[in-house]
Amino acid sequence: MAKQIVKMNLNGQEIEQLVDSRTLLVHFLREQMNLTGAHIGCETSQCGVCTVDIDGESVKACTHLAVQCDGCEVKTVEGLAEGGVLHAVQEAFYEEHGLQCGYCTPGMLMTSYRLLQDNPNPTEDEIRIGLSGNLCRCTGYQNIVKAVKSAAVKLQQKESATA
Amino acid sequence: MNAPVKTLEERKTELQGMGDSRLRKEDARFIQGKGQYCDDIKLPGMLHMDIVRSPVAHGRIKKINKEPAMAIPGVHAVLTADDLKPLNLHWMPTLAGDVAAVLADEKVHFQMQEVAIVIADDRYIAADAVEAVEVEYEELPVVIDPYKALEPDAPVLREDLAGKTEGAHGPRDHHNHIFTWEAGDKSAADDAFAKAPVTVSQHMHYPRVHPCPLETCGCVASFDPVKGELTTWMTSQAPHVVRTVVSMLSGVPESKVRIISPDIGGGFGNKVGVYPGYVCAIVSSIVLGRPVKWSEDRIENISTTAFARDYHMDGHLAATEDGKILGLKVDVVADHGAFDACADPTKFPAGLFHICSGSYDIPTAHCSVKGVYTNKAPGGVAYRCSFRVTEAVYLIERMVDVLAQKLNMDKAEIRKKNFIRKEQFPYTSAFGFEYDSGDYHTALEKVLDAVDYKALRAEQEQKRNDPNCPTLMGIGLVTFTEVVGAGPSKICDILGVGMFDSCEIRIHPTGSAIARMGTITQGQGHQTTYAQIIASELGIPSEVIQVEEGDTSTAPYGLGTYGSRSTPVAGAAIAMAARKIHAKAKKIAAHLLEVAEADLDWEIDRFKVRGNEEQFKTMADIAWAAYNQPPEGLEPGLEAVHYYDPPNFTYPFGIYLCVVDIDKGTGESSIRRFYALDDCGTRINPMIIDGQIHGGLTEGFAVAMGQQMPFDEQGNLMGNTLMDYFLPTAVETPTWETDYTVTPSPHHPIGAKGVAESPHVGSIPTFNSAVVDAFAHLGVTHMDMPHTSYRVWKKLKEEGVQL
Repeated sequence: MAKQIVKMNLNGQEIEQLVDSRTLLVHFLREQMNLTGAHIGCETSQCGVCTVDIDGESVKACTHLAVQCDGCEVKTVEGLAEGGVLHAVQEAFYEEHGLQCGYCTPGMLMTSYRLLQDNPNPTEDEIRIGLSGNLCRCTGYQNIVKAVKSAAVKLQQKESATA
Repeated sequence: MNAPVKTLEERKTELQGMGDSRLRKEDARFIQGKGQYCDDIKLPGMLHMDIVRSPVAHGRIKKINKEPAMAIPGVHAVLTADDLKPLNLHWMPTLAGDVAAVLADEKVHFQMQEVAIVIADDRYIAADAVEAVEVEYEELPVVIDPYKALEPDAPVLREDLAGKTEGAHGPRDHHNHIFTWEAGDKSAADDAFAKAPVTVSQHMHYPRVHPCPLETCGCVASFDPVKGELTTWMTSQAPHVVRTVVSMLSGVPESKVRIISPDIGGGFGNKVGVYPGYVCAIVSSIVLGRPVKWSEDRIENISTTAFARDYHMDGHLAATEDGKILGLKVDVVADHGAFDACADPTKFPAGLFHICSGSYDIPTAHCSVKGVYTNKAPGGVAYRCSFRVTEAVYLIERMVDVLAQKLNMDKAEIRKKNFIRKEQFPYTSAFGFEYDSGDYHTALEKVLDAVDYKALRAEQEQKRNDPNCPTLMGIGLVTFTEVVGAGPSKICDILGVGMFDSCEIRIHPTGSAIARMGTITQGQGHQTTYAQIIASELGIPSEVIQVEEGDTSTAPYGLGTYGSRSTPVAGAAIAMAARKIHAKAKKIAAHLLEVAEADLDWEIDRFKVRGNEEQFKTMADIAWAAYNQPPEGLEPGLEAVHYYDPPNFTYPFGIYLCVVDIDKGTGESSIRRFYALDDCGTRINPMIIDGQIHGGLTEGFAVAMGQQMPFDEQGNLMGNTLMDYFLPTAVETPTWETDYTVTPSPHHPIGAKGVAESPHVGSIPTFNSAVVDAFAHLGVTHMDMPHTSYRVWKKLKEEGVQL
């Protein structure tokens, strides 16, 4: 199998790796980079448990090749907290009981993170539509929606504090 | 300066004991991507297994050619049933007393059945090798309909059972018949029906659905050939039982088998059974002497691992003209698929289906369930419910609605008339269940008031009379009782092991503690809530209590987590183990304070000398003393183990109300309101209870409104990916309103009944009741699920509803 060199910025670190051209991004992250936060749930882009952030967009890593990330900036759930401080979405999911088994959580967090970057003050409908590419079997979404709302407030407070 | 003396309330709050909406201990790892699920495990030298599956639903295997697969670099082995035969592992026992093929032995019985396995260096090479294995099949006639399966000339599905007229649950009267199981008193019920002025009957099909947790099934098996030890990480809701089964199958002594259930990405009943994939990965590891990982993909998960339901039910009620129910009769044809692999207590091949008299005082009742083989995948698990309780609750709630319609009575009125009254508890049903406690009337009134039921009915009336109204409005009402917490080991066992559960608590010298349990959390938050029980019982802060589950080498034997049994059974074991420690702690406190035990009073976190507030010993003081200066004659240390065998089941109940608006043009249903009142007895963590209820309601919504596993005549499953199988997103999912009453269980040490499954069990008939109610004025008494827009649209056309 043909191998290629892939360079990317992964969670703030420049990396260079040799990968099989057919390797999916989710397997590259989980098996080659030992970042097991992104999970696998459907292999058809339906469930979103593999969601990561590539160049400022939410992407499902189960249907994306690792080689497509050459020259990209990739952020996974492991890169959300900075300097040991949890990101507002992480804090909010914890405080609002936005997770149960935890399997969808990394994908939910990455989608929520991107959603709030793009729309810092979303309505409930915008949150529900924004999360519609991520499935959860445990929570019924109600507390996830609450968590995203709460994270939006936290981020705005943080912004006004630093402004 | 001395620290200020804390008030009683402050001391209590600091413990974060029962009743506290304590945030979850398990979340820190999950929100940082640090959970450890089965597929996250990576061992040195680990190989990957993948499975060759049958494209046909019924056929004879003529030939298997492994060579093209073996020729692929990186492929280590290809194994078929013939390779497992010398080990006698090509068939395995099921939990229901049948056998199931591990790899298809000469014949395949359902589409996607396991035919061969390949083991390779990585999952990509394994997938290539699966494609390369050549299998020739001779196709045989397929039977999908369980009624057709029972026709005299139906194809013989299970040739391995030829001539076997006795099954695990009594006589078999046809080659595709598994068992017929009955409960209640048939002649008394027949008599009641013969005399009753009113009778109603309804046929209904509860479709085959799949629990579909987001994490599929999988394992990592690692056999150490030098030590002869087998360690397997597995997505299992019942690791201890799996250890026993693995030891029995493999011949490895149970002391050398270690099963670890790591973090589990949802179970919902799908992860109770032992699947061929697990067995094959273990065999491969033993044969090759290297760790072997198997991870299912989604298509494999939906197509082959345990389904739920698939009950074809005929319900009958006999009643007086003013709506008092006199008798219940139910006949079920249960489609079990190709092997009887239901996960039920041994003596109950239809689970606890005989809870189907529901919340009602019904004097006579009888039910019979006939299990049938078809060319579908095996299973029949409790999908977020206690064994077959969802089917039972659906049946009785539908029948009560049908009767109400026949008598032109209101749904709430007929229920009030037939409820088991508060003063009748403990109440023995016509099927012999002893209901522990309940107060249905109070709960129903609370819900009717909260939603202003009268106003809703008035609005519905007005809309029905308005030809220009673009929607049909339906009101669903369900008043259900569950039976959970299996169960008393005198009647409940799995493979002969009684369905007790267990807890071991150790208090460390500095006053923190560890508890180990026979259950395993899959999102229920055991690490949080179990600690709260101990905190309240022993006065140790929840924060310093570690809860561990899932490792059979460290935890005491338990039957696992399913059927809402964790709180009713394991929760009781925790309280009882804690009380043993409490009793010993009291002896130590008396010794330290130099008084008699009888002179001590317990107060939140300490024993104090009666009449002398200043003299006390906290649990932390006592823990230190237990390792340092125990009284003479008392052994050092402070720990206890308790195996709790429940005296009875518990009977949580709920009152659910749903308002639906159906678009007359498109058939689209919009859930305007869903009000769920649950009574699960004592409440341990209200935040977690609400979360469990939200999740259960959402799963119920999925089942009622969209989930099904349709098969064509050739036995092809029409929809086995998440592109077809309905899992609701945040957009479709309604907003839930929750409420509660508290009626503790009198026989449970802390009065708790269990909650996680009630919302699934109770909500499904509620959605159904609402949709049917929208059509009730047109004379419609029943519509089978799922209520997809297309199916509802067809009904609108059938009934001539004009926009």
